[in-house]
Amino acid sequence: MLLVEDGLGICVVHLSPLSLSLSLSLSLSGAGGGGNDVQWCFSQVKGAIDDDVAEADIISTVEFNHSGELLATGDKGGRVVIFQQEPENKSQPQCRGEYNVYSTFQSHEPEFDYLKSLEIEEKINKIRWLPQKNAAQFLLSTNDKTIKLWKISERDKRPEGYNLKEEDGRYRDPTTVTTLRVPVFRPMDLMVEASPRRVFANAHTYHINSISVNSDYETYLSADDLRVNLWHLEITDRSFNIVDIKPANMEELTEVITAAEFHPNQCNTFVYSSSKGTIRLCDMRESALCDKHSKLFEEPEDPSNRSFFSEIISSISDVKFSHNGRYMMTRDYLSVKIWDLNMESRPVETYQVHEYLRSKLCSLYENDCIFDKFECCWNGNDNVVMTGSYNNFFRMFDRGQKKDVTLEASRESSKPRAVLKPRKVSAGGKRKKDEISVDSLDFNKKILHTAWHPQENIIAVATTNNLYIFQDKLN
Amino acid sequence: MINTMECAMDAQSLISISLRKIHNSRTQRGGIKLHKNLLVSYVLRNAKQFYMNEKYAEIYRMQQYEEVMTVCNEIQELNPLDLAEDIAEASGDCCSQGAGSPLLMEPASVCCALPASNHSAHTPQQQLQAPAACSAAAALALQNEEVCKETNSVFFRSCCAEAYPVTDCDFSSLSAVHCNKTTVLDLDTHVVTTVESGYLHQDCCAVPCQGAQAPAKKRKFDFGCYATESEEVPDFTPCKRARFEDFYCPHSEQLDTSNISNLISIFGSGFTGLVSRQADSEFSLNGQFCSKQTLASLGAWTRAIVAF
Repeated sequence: MLLVEDGLGICVVHLSPLSLSLSLSLSLSGAGGGGNDVQWCFSQVKGAIDDDVAEADIISTVEFNHSGELLATGDKGGRVVIFQQEPENKSQPQCRGEYNVYSTFQSHEPEFDYLKSLEIEEKINKIRWLPQKNAAQFLLSTNDKTIKLWKISERDKRPEGYNLKEEDGRYRDPTTVTTLRVPVFRPMDLMVEASPRRVFANAHTYHINSISVNSDYETYLSADDLRVNLWHLEITDRSFNIVDIKPANMEELTEVITAAEFHPNQCNTFVYSSSKGTIRLCDMRESALCDKHSKLFEEPEDPSNRSFFSEIISSISDVKFSHNGRYMMTRDYLSVKIWDLNMESRPVETYQVHEYLRSKLCSLYENDCIFDKFECCWNGNDNVVMTGSYNNFFRMFDRGQKKDVTLEASRESSKPRAVLKPRKVSAGGKRKKDEISVDSLDFNKKILHTAWHPQENIIAVATTNNLYIFQDKLN
Repeated sequence: MINTMECAMDAQSLISISLRKIHNSRTQRGGIKLHKNLLVSYVLRNAKQFYMNEKYAEIYRMQQYEEVMTVCNEIQELNPLDLAEDIAEASGDCCSQGAGSPLLMEPASVCCALPASNHSAHTPQQQLQAPAACSAAAALALQNEEVCKETNSVFFRSCCAEAYPVTDCDFSSLSAVHCNKTTVLDLDTHVVTTVESGYLHQDCCAVPCQGAQAPAKKRKFDFGCYATESEEVPDFTPCKRARFEDFYCPHSEQLDTSNISNLISIFGSGFTGLVSRQADSEFSLNGQFCSKQTLASLGAWTRAIVAF
């Protein structure tokens, strides 16, 4: 048996001495997913091709619904675009359905707060889907101040044959009506309508950073820099404040809330992360105001890594529970950490996303990149996690196989079903062929938002204004 | 210790960049972002702390230079040739005694470190006229402190002296060269005593000295009393010293030995006071290093402060 390594991975070559036949079994390392080694292929890209990016088109959030059939994106212009996966083609069972535009609507508009002379951005900060209960789909979308519940419904029939109205809607003169008929439904081209069903406003003084639907499917939380509020989906004129970390004197402010999420199974449990790198788990059964945490997850800082920017890079930008509810993942500027909910002292796993940036923190501070808020996500089985980086790179970490891979979302590798080649950044010294040096990374091309299909190996990766969809290669 | 190796910018640039960010955030669309401004304020605080620590360290280094420089100037006025021999011997003594008693350990290490720190000073104006002499002179001072730890005043002998029973110190190691003038610097009271031809001229000397009369209190800020009482006015640079002390003790009008010890303890605690307020361990290291270095040179009775 031979082990042959080339640029793509490790190849196991079996040599049978008797027949001298070769049986190749390709085992490509470096692509995570599902316990088997996955090769990721380009599937689709959505969005404008040209490099001149309109600010309103910058994607600000990406989210699959619970079945994975729908994929929603929000942008800086306040628009929501929903893609729907085509049903699998029976003649081509190897190909998964493509995602095509299903609905587009303007969720939020720019507003002006006259009292504070503040403009409120229309940028969509987060979208969260509600589980489907009937034919219609529901999602929550939020900007800095207001959360809206949208109903997305299909219409493929319309009534025809009104007695008092013409087909174009004009009213008929009643005196001209000589006969009566019963209107009937006739099929029509599919129309997808989005209508705002609830508007949850005026509950947040500071900028909303998170929303999370509870597993009871009746309530949800919204978090801003200093407070977390609990809402009932049916009630818009009031919410309960469950966390308030605002100090009596604002000059004593030392930390803010950066993200919050409900536990996937326990409807009484939620977590919120802070800018100091801590995560607090709260139990709503303990008290009405959950200022006192049930658990505090914190890893002591490594004193040898202390720098001017230690506080910035330890700030948590995203927190996500695993699907099974046993773990949670946090993302700070340079790393991804997996925490066991039963152990508060330190994470069980830490993955370095782009450690080579540690020596560049000064310039990243100057150009504001150090404030970028990267998100992270789990795959359906909770054994692979994914997060974004710069230069349109994104990283996957296979927890089971202890492997990681860096892939790139670029137009160059956008040929249909082209396999993505793993990328490598050379930290310093000698740069090997095909490696990219740290200094040639494009820090304007950042992947902040990624999403993983809840069941399949399909991922959605958002670059600045494009949405890439990759799938695993089906043989 | 904050790792500044990775940072291409110095603290001052970081401070100005941070302030600019805070200013720009006011006009940003969507209102002031609390999170980002909080993080920027942390950078501002870190940079400011670092900058202040560096400044304190530099001032301490300058202070040491000046102390040594003033003494060196006096030495050189007296007898440069005799000095060279004397100092060479003394410096040899000092460093070689480093491995001796525990009491000598610290100052020896500091005295050997002192030349290094002197060389690392930032200001180019601090060109030592006789660097070897000065560092050795400082070393000598330290050695003498150790031996004289029981007395309140420490005398620095620039060259050998005839027996003047001013202290119990043993200066036998220095009695190689004969001269008829001795200048003595009390490192605690910062009094300079000139002894000439067997007669003790002491201008505003400290209490333990014989014949002390002039108020040591005035010593710090009014070096003029010197000039009026003796022709042998050493070539001090009073303005520099006064400035230094003004910096740390701007409100103190009177200074005597007790006040000097207060200054030291203030400075020693001031450093760690800075530290404890911010609760940053790396600055504690930095602070302790600086204060230790300087405090060790200021007298045996300050050892208690150094210890903490």
